[in-house]
Amino acid sequence: MADTMAAEAATHSAPREEHRTSTGISNEKLAMWVFLGSECLLFGGLISTYMFNKGRIGPGDIGPADVFDIPFTSVSSFVLLMSSLTMVFAVSSIVRGDLRGNRIWLATTAALGATFVAGQVYEFTAFYSEGLGFTTNLFGSSFYALTGFHGAHVTIGIIMLMSLFVMSLRGNLGPERAEKVEIIGLYWHFVDIVWIVIFTIVYLFPQ
Amino acid sequence: MTVADRTITAPEETLALPAGPAIARRPLGVFSRPQGSEGWQSWLFTVDHKRIGIMYGAAALFFFLVGGAEALFIRLQLAVPNGSVIGAGTYNGVFTMHGVTMIFLVAMPMAAAFANYLLPLQIGARDVAFPRLNAFSFWCFLAGGLLLTSSMLIGGWFQNVPDGGWFNYAPNSGLLFSPHKGIDFYAVGLQITGIASLVSSINLIVTVLNMRTRGMSLFRMPVLTWMLLITQFLLLFAIPVITVALFLLMFDRLWDANFFNVAAGADPLLWQHLFWIFGHPEVYILVLPAFGIVSEIIPTFSRKPIFGYNFMVASGIAIGFMGWGVWAHHMFTSGVGPLAVAAFSVSTMFIAVPTGVKVLNWLATMYGGRLRFTTPMLYAVGVVSMFTIGGLSGVTHSIAPSDTQQTDTYYVVAHFHYVIFGGIILGLFGGLHFWWPKIFGYMLDEGWGKAAFWVILIGFNLTFGPMHILGLQGMSRRIATYRADEGFAFWNMVATVGAFVIAAGVAMLLWNIYKSTRDWKRAGRPDVGPDPWDARSLEWMTASPAPEHNFDREIEVEGQDEFWHRKYGRDESGRVVRAATASEIAHDGSNTKVHLPSPSYWPIVLSGGILLVGYGLIYNLWLVAAGMVLLVGAMYGWILEPADDPEAAGHHGEHEDGRDDGGRDDEEAVTVG
Repeated sequence: MADTMAAEAATHSAPREEHRTSTGISNEKLAMWVFLGSECLLFGGLISTYMFNKGRIGPGDIGPADVFDIPFTSVSSFVLLMSSLTMVFAVSSIVRGDLRGNRIWLATTAALGATFVAGQVYEFTAFYSEGLGFTTNLFGSSFYALTGFHGAHVTIGIIMLMSLFVMSLRGNLGPERAEKVEIIGLYWHFVDIVWIVIFTIVYLFPQ
Repeated sequence: MTVADRTITAPEETLALPAGPAIARRPLGVFSRPQGSEGWQSWLFTVDHKRIGIMYGAAALFFFLVGGAEALFIRLQLAVPNGSVIGAGTYNGVFTMHGVTMIFLVAMPMAAAFANYLLPLQIGARDVAFPRLNAFSFWCFLAGGLLLTSSMLIGGWFQNVPDGGWFNYAPNSGLLFSPHKGIDFYAVGLQITGIASLVSSINLIVTVLNMRTRGMSLFRMPVLTWMLLITQFLLLFAIPVITVALFLLMFDRLWDANFFNVAAGADPLLWQHLFWIFGHPEVYILVLPAFGIVSEIIPTFSRKPIFGYNFMVASGIAIGFMGWGVWAHHMFTSGVGPLAVAAFSVSTMFIAVPTGVKVLNWLATMYGGRLRFTTPMLYAVGVVSMFTIGGLSGVTHSIAPSDTQQTDTYYVVAHFHYVIFGGIILGLFGGLHFWWPKIFGYMLDEGWGKAAFWVILIGFNLTFGPMHILGLQGMSRRIATYRADEGFAFWNMVATVGAFVIAAGVAMLLWNIYKSTRDWKRAGRPDVGPDPWDARSLEWMTASPAPEHNFDREIEVEGQDEFWHRKYGRDESGRVVRAATASEIAHDGSNTKVHLPSPSYWPIVLSGGILLVGYGLIYNLWLVAAGMVLLVGAMYGWILEPADDPEAAGHHGEHEDGRDDGGRDDEEAVTVG
């Protein structure tokens, strides 16, 4: 009996012991994967709507070729992609127990994400001043809905990263909760991947 | 699951916190958790999957009466030529709300009631994976349902009611053609119920995949569990598509976007595609739970295992996949082009194959069985026969030339009512009678139950059978009236009589519930025992009603129909003999040491915030701000509340292990909310 107790106690100190589930994946992580599956269809619907609508503007109407600034958006896309790299560093540092490194990488990731969102705000402002509003035409409605939806997702991700950062500052985010960081990381990578698709389809495909 | 069991075997060891220190502070002293299992508060703040299931069922029955009353008004209006019971404008609102109510507020939540109550029990789990999110799903659904239903009252009787039909085609749904706020209620209300369905589907998928008891491999799960799992996957992927459609519609109506603005070059087919990519899987979202219920009832009352279990599961999965490839058969007349029409014709014919497999397997299960025609069995056989009629008329729709003639006639109305009423509602009513003793601890009266079944069945065929004829005669659906010389009068009168026969049958069903409850109380609440039907799956292996902690001990499963095989063995000559009685095997619910999640205030508060945001979007953006404050506050409350309230420990057992709820699903909740 004492032996089993000791064994139980030993397994308790292992970081993921509490997740003894049928699949071996914790409920939280599985829920995030399942949720991201659903998100694929959400963005799928929005991207399809964009593609369905982008050719449907009048001849003199303001269209993609009139407003897009590919070099600018490429840079901000690059910034967002780099944030996936720093997110990986954040996960790996907390798994190693490097809490200070974890805080640095979480903050860096959030900052890169914020840079991307700031770039999007700038881009929207510039487009608006060039005459493309949300209600201007079908292209405007579809473009702002799709990229705005994505921007909202990035913003929610930033809030979650900042929450982790605050948790870490208050000493509530040790290596035993590395999976929390990993789960938020899944979300973050997903949002990045969606942007690759959006950037390719919206900006790079021939207009 | 496993933590609960470890609690049973070695109560001390859960005192060690496995997940680091739980956040147990109480800023401002407000983040305690509610306590107690008595009184109305215990329902408002419960996170128990069984209570949530009961609340889903009660809400669905309430909306069923609302939707049923709407149906009676439709039939009254159409009873005689040139009907004038309700005007054409009100008629549009009534048939729209009838469809929306019956699909989103009756069939889906009633299936959710069974899913919530039965899924954890059937896989031997103590609760769902995320109990608080489960409570949130229910309250969020109720918020959306009340918002939709309130559209009939707000601003005058049926003045602001959705009136574009349940599929609400553009551009008729735009401000130009529908200037009042009805369509806004539709767009916002269905988004709210969509959030509820999405959260619930994630929760239940994780529950089935992750919380199965030892030995419960996927292919040992009951067929109902399988069908509900497939349903949740369909919800998971279908809900975001209609969410996009509703979002675009809302943007168009509230903020002048152009998605469905034909003047700006938009193609209204976009709405049809988005809607039916959701809408056809939705049909299977509705029908698969009923198939699962029938697959539990028929083996029980045939005293045989389900015939072809693997085929049954595989055909369900096949339906789940193929259901995504048939949506354009709703659009044969909308000009999608000959290639698309041909492709979707073929895929529609194909999807009849797995459905046919199910029907044949039910028949084969009954064949040679020792049949007992109890009330649930009558309903199940009713599903097999009535759904087959609806399925066959569905196959006729796959033949595009014939469908072109039938589109928007009463033939279509007849078809989908044979599927939805004859397949789904009868199945859910069968489940209601079947699991009633498990849920409430006493039987419904068999005499009244059978009488109600026959009245409902006859009324159903009287109502919807004639609609086949009306449709083929050319009577258009969604018209408020017809002329006397069109020749529709006789069968319309028959259908109206049938509708009131159904109403009488439903009244008998409700009377049965009332009478059985009263008789049971008068008789001193006799115990019905854990297993009144001699059934097969794990939910019957615990006391009736199921105790708050479900099972006293972890069950180790060795095969399909585990509970049956514990009751019955075979003698030397291979005959089935009883090895033990149900009450010898079943858990009596006496274990009070099982750890249970504490109730929580925040699911209902969060849903209240969403409701405010919903009304705010329709009426006043300041209300949105107020709703957002409540919403964000509720999220912080959710995250910060202690995993378990130390002061609530007395009721729920002594242990504080922070498992299953509290502080784990927070981040997901942020993204979902």
